[in-house]
Amino acid sequence: MKFDTPAATNPIDQLKVVGQPHDRIEGPLKTTGTALYAYEHNLPNQAYGYVVGAGIAKGRIRSMETAEAKRAPGVIAIVTAENAGKLGIGEKNTAKLLGGPEIQHYHQAIALVVAESFEQARAAANLVRVEYQSEKGRFSLNEEKGQGKKPEDGEPDSAVGDFQAGFERAAVKFDAIYHTPDHSHAMMEPHASVAAWDGDKLMVWTSNQMINWGADDLAKTLNINRDSIRLMSPFVGGGFGGKLFLRSDIVLAALGAKAAHRPVKVALQRPLIANNTTHRPATVQRIRIGASQDGKISAIGHESWSGDLEGGQPENAVQQTRFLYAGADRMTQTRLAVLDLPEGNAMRAPGEAPGLMALEIAMDEMAERLEIDPIEFRILNDTQVVPDKPSAPADETDPQAKAGEGGNKDLPFSQRQLTECFRQGAERFGWNKRNPQPAQVRDGRWLVGIGVAAAFRNNQTMDSGARVRLATDGVVTVETDMTDIGTGSYTIIAQTAAEMMGVPLEMVEVRLGDSTYPVSSGSGGQWGGNSSTAGVYAACVKLREAVAQKLGFNADDIEFADSKVRAGNRSLPLKDAAKDGEIVAEDTLEFGDLDKKIHQSTFGAHFVEVGVDSFTGETRIRRMMAVCAAGRILNPKTARSQVIGALTMGAGAALMEELAIDERHGFFANHDLAGYEVPVHADIPHQEVVFLDETDPTSSPMKAKGVGELGICGVGAAVANAIYNATGVRVREYPITLDKLLPEMPDV
Amino acid sequence: MKSFSFERAQSPADAAAAAARQPDAKFIAGGTNLLDLMKLEIEVPTHLIDVNGLALDRIEDTEQGGIRIGALMRNTDLAAHERVRSDYGLLSRALLAGASGQLRNKATTAGNLLQRTRCPYFYDTNMACNKRQPGSGCSAIGGFTRQLAVVGVSDACIATNPSDMNVALRALDATVETVKPDGQTRAIPIADFHKLPGDTPHIETALEQGELITAVTLPKPLGGKHIYRKVRDRASYAFALVSVGAVIQPDGTGRFAVGGVAHKPWRVEEAESELSRGAPAVSQRLFADAKPTNENRFKLALTTRALASVVEEART
Repeated sequence: MKFDTPAATNPIDQLKVVGQPHDRIEGPLKTTGTALYAYEHNLPNQAYGYVVGAGIAKGRIRSMETAEAKRAPGVIAIVTAENAGKLGIGEKNTAKLLGGPEIQHYHQAIALVVAESFEQARAAANLVRVEYQSEKGRFSLNEEKGQGKKPEDGEPDSAVGDFQAGFERAAVKFDAIYHTPDHSHAMMEPHASVAAWDGDKLMVWTSNQMINWGADDLAKTLNINRDSIRLMSPFVGGGFGGKLFLRSDIVLAALGAKAAHRPVKVALQRPLIANNTTHRPATVQRIRIGASQDGKISAIGHESWSGDLEGGQPENAVQQTRFLYAGADRMTQTRLAVLDLPEGNAMRAPGEAPGLMALEIAMDEMAERLEIDPIEFRILNDTQVVPDKPSAPADETDPQAKAGEGGNKDLPFSQRQLTECFRQGAERFGWNKRNPQPAQVRDGRWLVGIGVAAAFRNNQTMDSGARVRLATDGVVTVETDMTDIGTGSYTIIAQTAAEMMGVPLEMVEVRLGDSTYPVSSGSGGQWGGNSSTAGVYAACVKLREAVAQKLGFNADDIEFADSKVRAGNRSLPLKDAAKDGEIVAEDTLEFGDLDKKIHQSTFGAHFVEVGVDSFTGETRIRRMMAVCAAGRILNPKTARSQVIGALTMGAGAALMEELAIDERHGFFANHDLAGYEVPVHADIPHQEVVFLDETDPTSSPMKAKGVGELGICGVGAAVANAIYNATGVRVREYPITLDKLLPEMPDV
Repeated sequence: MKSFSFERAQSPADAAAAAARQPDAKFIAGGTNLLDLMKLEIEVPTHLIDVNGLALDRIEDTEQGGIRIGALMRNTDLAAHERVRSDYGLLSRALLAGASGQLRNKATTAGNLLQRTRCPYFYDTNMACNKRQPGSGCSAIGGFTRQLAVVGVSDACIATNPSDMNVALRALDATVETVKPDGQTRAIPIADFHKLPGDTPHIETALEQGELITAVTLPKPLGGKHIYRKVRDRASYAFALVSVGAVIQPDGTGRFAVGGVAHKPWRVEEAESELSRGAPAVSQRLFADAKPTNENRFKLALTTRALASVVEEART
């Protein structure tokens, strides 16, 4: 099914099942421990792999002594680059997943020890002796950013009007630099895989967000036929972007199984995850805003620097600045430096998450400079058209012809309820109780403050396929390689099929995460919920047609409800259609270029109240609220879970999360969950999520958009702004830990 | 994990004797620290002596009016004990500020005393560490040091003692009772129990090979207000950046020890006489010989402010 015109009314609009806060259909499996995660698959005769990570960041292996390890009890095989055969590199990988002799980053996998037991593999791995020839690496973004280059892909630069001149002319100017650190996904379930060969066929149970990408890149890496691979990832214990790509656990499990001639399971040890896998890269961002005295932005500029391994990608932290606020003269610029740290890549809301951490502090600072309420300042500069896409070539002599100020070729947003998010949030959160003067409100030893920030994330869509079966007993089964990374995919897919086929939720079975199923959108970029259900919608449309034909209906007003098919006076049980055998339909929802004509984004507003200990500078969040406008909410319960998780992650980014770089050795030194702190329950006392009523017919037949990443966008800045309101101390370098606050806090 | 042999000790003296027979033996009680370190092969005992059955898990009153805490008393039970809560609130609060409920249910008094550092370079076996491998060097110095020690450091080590309980015990003048392999018992004042790193950071306590902790005694109650102030980036389940364990009397005098700043719970008795002159004066004495790094210098001011917070809390 092609989707290139806005959706008309369709069966989803009934909202009998879709849009209802159903519990997760796979919930009981998870709460009873019977949902089998990758590492829990036990195969006959399986062996265990343990990964050896490189002990240097850059250089070469001079020698690797494995003889002692090979002799150790229980050892079956040791895989290294030397004996693994020629390996390719995946489309979406930058560094090799099995390194050697060249070492590209710290803890790059250099060997897998396979043994009869996990403990034996681990003990033997410690007997592998490696001598390195270290080379000087580049580990400091601050030092290397001057050498940053314009990335080749994407749109690293954008310009509308004349930013320089516009900024110079502005009555009120603001110019500041912000820093965001490297972040680790720190998901609960480590990367884990179990691999088994049957001749030249390879089966892998793994924990991966994007089955199709994973299978493609595994074939490329192992130089084998894509069709001989079966990748299965029915349950994923958290991904956050860390499992978007093929990682070393999959490759090493496959190589280990080949070498051992037995199934092999590999989980990345927790201390390896920070440096062996990908992370969200640190950024340095410069933001300049020029405005008139009455608060209209005339010029806005956002530059960002990040680093990655040679051939890697930038963190697109300027992304939202092209869309969020009006202003005629604008520029963005992204520069990428080469760093020999581990590979940087996507983490929940790549681009917007760190970008808004900077931009939304800058907006708070500018509002203060203008003496305008921060919410009013944002509303004043709200726009219903994409400010980055001018309606006509700028005519210098006619200011009316400038970007975003008229003409009929403006690129509109399909829906944009940013102002409504702020208004509703302000009302519900009690914004009017905020004292605009910082450091005025005390509660015992606590300084109390309230902060706000906009949330923004573009809505992306991905083609998504599904197969739907109607069985003789009337059960509808959905098969798609879509994954559920804790997001609720199982449930919303079941709801979609139930709505379309007119059956109760209990009559739907959902099978996910298997590369033998139709290729779906997968889970990433907050596109999964909308795209994958749209694919199921498309397949169900086909199944409805097949059912109608089978039952001899040809009317237009055919209805699927109460497990029956009805048209006019005629009504038949749905399952009758399958009485001669199962009916199967398959389709892929292919997204056209509608989003080029009507821009789709998701919006929100974050409100945060913090207390800052006046003695110690410890910040503790008191309450958080997110108001989201993100299209139709397919399941308010699972969507809320997504947003409160994102709020929590945003709180971590604001207050504690930072991969600490040892710039001498070139690695993230705090590489376990004791050193890399993420929020615990005590950090998150109260969260509220509000979804505005919205349907977006331009996004898909589901009229939904993404929400799982929107939730983190802007949270950090809302916390930072609340801390400023509480203390009067402005910190522009995340995380905002007490050591950054104390020097400017009043004596006690 | 390397293979090891295992035995269940029948008595404290037997346990100590067994440990002396095998140079690489370790006692195991809760195992909350030892097992983690064994998995990483930072600890590689060839023999484990399980002391859990030694009935050292209760509290009794001493003739001096204090209490004797069995070495195997779990942190949860110790923190909840009525006598501890009423007379040694500092100890109870320090315990509850540490780890998590699950860990406290397992962790023992003696094990907590022996808890090893959380320095990231101690944990990363690719890095040089004098604690892990004497003489190999210290890669923490010049590296990521935000959590590490600011005082009592040496060129060989800047690790901290991570325990909250130890801070309370130091302020309360605890005594560690032990039995040696030859059956002799001794009592080690807490001040002498933990060592500064010097040239031998791998030697962390005064215990001799095979010596087993049997109890910790506390002198008779001090009265006053018992406050444990733990400062950390997140609200729970994190090691202290700085902590202050204090007992403050109604007249404003008091005693305190500081955690998170040194290789041992940091107490400078002379500094306590400065309390009346305010926290900065106290800090000056506390940190007279401090050698912070650029990354952890903030701990000095933070300690001052945490102390001020404690004094303020005691007043109200």
